Amino acid sequence: MNPPLLKLTNVNKSFGPIDVLYDISLEVKAGEVLCLLGDNGAGKSTLIRIMSGVHTPTSGTIEMNGKVVAFKSPRDASEHGIATVHQFGGTFPLMSIGRSFFVGAEPTKGWGPFKRFDRVRANDIAVKAVQGLGITRIDDGDRLVGGLSGGERQALAIARAVHFGASVLILDEPTAALGVKEAAHVLRIVLQARRKGIAVIFITHNVVHALTVGDHFAVLIRGAKAADFKKGEKSREEITDLMAGGEHMAELEAEIESYMAVHDAP
Amino acid sequence: MNNQTQRLSLGSLLRRPEAGSFLGLVAVFIFFSIFGGSDFASLTGAASWLNVAASIGIVAIPIGLLMIAGQLDISIGSLIPAGSMTLAIVSGHYHAPILVGIAAALALGAVVGLLNGLIVVRTAVPSFIVTLGTLFAVAGLTLGLSVLLTGTTSVAIKPGPEAKWMLGQFIGGLYQVTILWWIAAALLFGFILHYSPYGNWIFAMGGDQVSARNAGIPTERMTILLFMSSGVSATFVGLSQAILYSSAQVSAGQSYIFNAIISVVVGGVLLSGGYGSVFGIVLGTLTFAIVNQGIYYTPFDANWASLIIGILLLLAVVLNNTFRKVALTHAPAKGKAKK
Repeated sequence: MNPPLLKLTNVNKSFGPIDVLYDISLEVKAGEVLCLLGDNGAGKSTLIRIMSGVHTPTSGTIEMNGKVVAFKSPRDASEHGIATVHQFGGTFPLMSIGRSFFVGAEPTKGWGPFKRFDRVRANDIAVKAVQGLGITRIDDGDRLVGGLSGGERQALAIARAVHFGASVLILDEPTAALGVKEAAHVLRIVLQARRKGIAVIFITHNVVHALTVGDHFAVLIRGAKAADFKKGEKSREEITDLMAGGEHMAELEAEIESYMAVHDAP
Repeated sequence: MNNQTQRLSLGSLLRRPEAGSFLGLVAVFIFFSIFGGSDFASLTGAASWLNVAASIGIVAIPIGLLMIAGQLDISIGSLIPAGSMTLAIVSGHYHAPILVGIAAALALGAVVGLLNGLIVVRTAVPSFIVTLGTLFAVAGLTLGLSVLLTGTTSVAIKPGPEAKWMLGQFIGGLYQVTILWWIAAALLFGFILHYSPYGNWIFAMGGDQVSARNAGIPTERMTILLFMSSGVSATFVGLSQAILYSSAQVSAGQSYIFNAIISVVVGGVLLSGGYGSVFGIVLGTLTFAIVNQGIYYTPFDANWASLIIGILLLLAVVLNNTFRKVALTHAPAKGKAKK
């Protein structure tokens, strides 16, 4: 069997005296969606930063295709094929779709010092890439990214990652700021990326979204991996309970209900 | 794929960064044509504001590029007189060949720009503060060294005919040759910003420095180069003024700081970076120069010029914000989006 595309073994991270991650071991294979679940402050962001080369782990190893790697920078990680898409997708709201798609890798025409940014080609490729993900509403590469909807921006960012040959796609809360319809669209794009053989790491605290696309799940609680299971092994309620840190959501709900009953009483 | 050719329509023109500054320029021009009479619009009148615009414009363009990249450089205020004095001291006081003086002045701009860039990149202190520091440091150095070396704060220089022809002549007796240098600078920086791939990097840096760096853009090198270009352009303006007036003074540049920034902002550049155009900066500079000089052609007292400029700046910012919003929210009409 092929080694996993990305594998973390016993990764620890501490900032000075503060331990943020303990002994995290994860793996994701090509064409698989790994959902990373966790409440706010569970260490999801730090884990993303380690996988995308922003932080280096204090101890533990990262392997890609069975080989140990150490990312020196986000640039280094992306050269290894790891692409990270943040919650708000494109970060250049005042740039055109074509220009922002090719930031740092501009297609040019012409020669020597007269090399020019090939606007027409850039727009063409960017628009085709986004339309390839099912966003047919985008047909003008000169439009500014800031004018796109949240879902369209996610789609643009994912299309960009796929175009530049990402093999591991880290999506940081891609659906958090979206409406129901837009979120559904992004989830469909995640499945499309998976079908292309990309390993997707999907970070979310929305259990429904995770269950829709995930093949494999890991729950983070206070910096440690609390659970690791495959699709169908756990129910939605069980996962929600886990994320709440073992405290039973039912208890919490009962508490709220009794509080409401007392305070809303006429 | 008919969408891939730039659609020329009134709408697409309004969505360009220079839309606001173009309307501003037209309004200001009409205003002064009415109140300034025929003198304002005459060749002599045009020369008075074109000459002013040219020297501001040469520094405003690189300042604008810096602002698009998310930085600011106010050290130009003392680099302009420093450039004048360097040339005057090297070639006037010490009688070195004029080319040596010019090279020395430009090198000074490059070195101070390099220093600005290095400090901004290494310390991450906002560039306003860093260049405020170098503004004062360079002003002090210029004053101190001038007095130390020449014993005076104003040095005369006798530029040869070639230097005069290149940098200090009046074309047709009216138009300063710096206007041509301004056009050259606009073409050069316009190509860099809007056509070369580096322009894309500058916009990306102003949009989001961290993402730009992660995308593989050498943001530090670009930042330093931009500061160097604004430093060199400032000393260039300084030395060309020394050649034009055949003398240099220690303090003759502070007004450029605000004049250049006003021109850039009126020209549609977003103060926080990521948006703007060289053509807009040129229009903004023209607008500023017309107000600055046009007032002398009107029956109004010249003291009112600053009031007009202040109001103009505020109007321009509001107008540019509106046009930027229009550009942002622009989506093709529903009918067109269907295939």
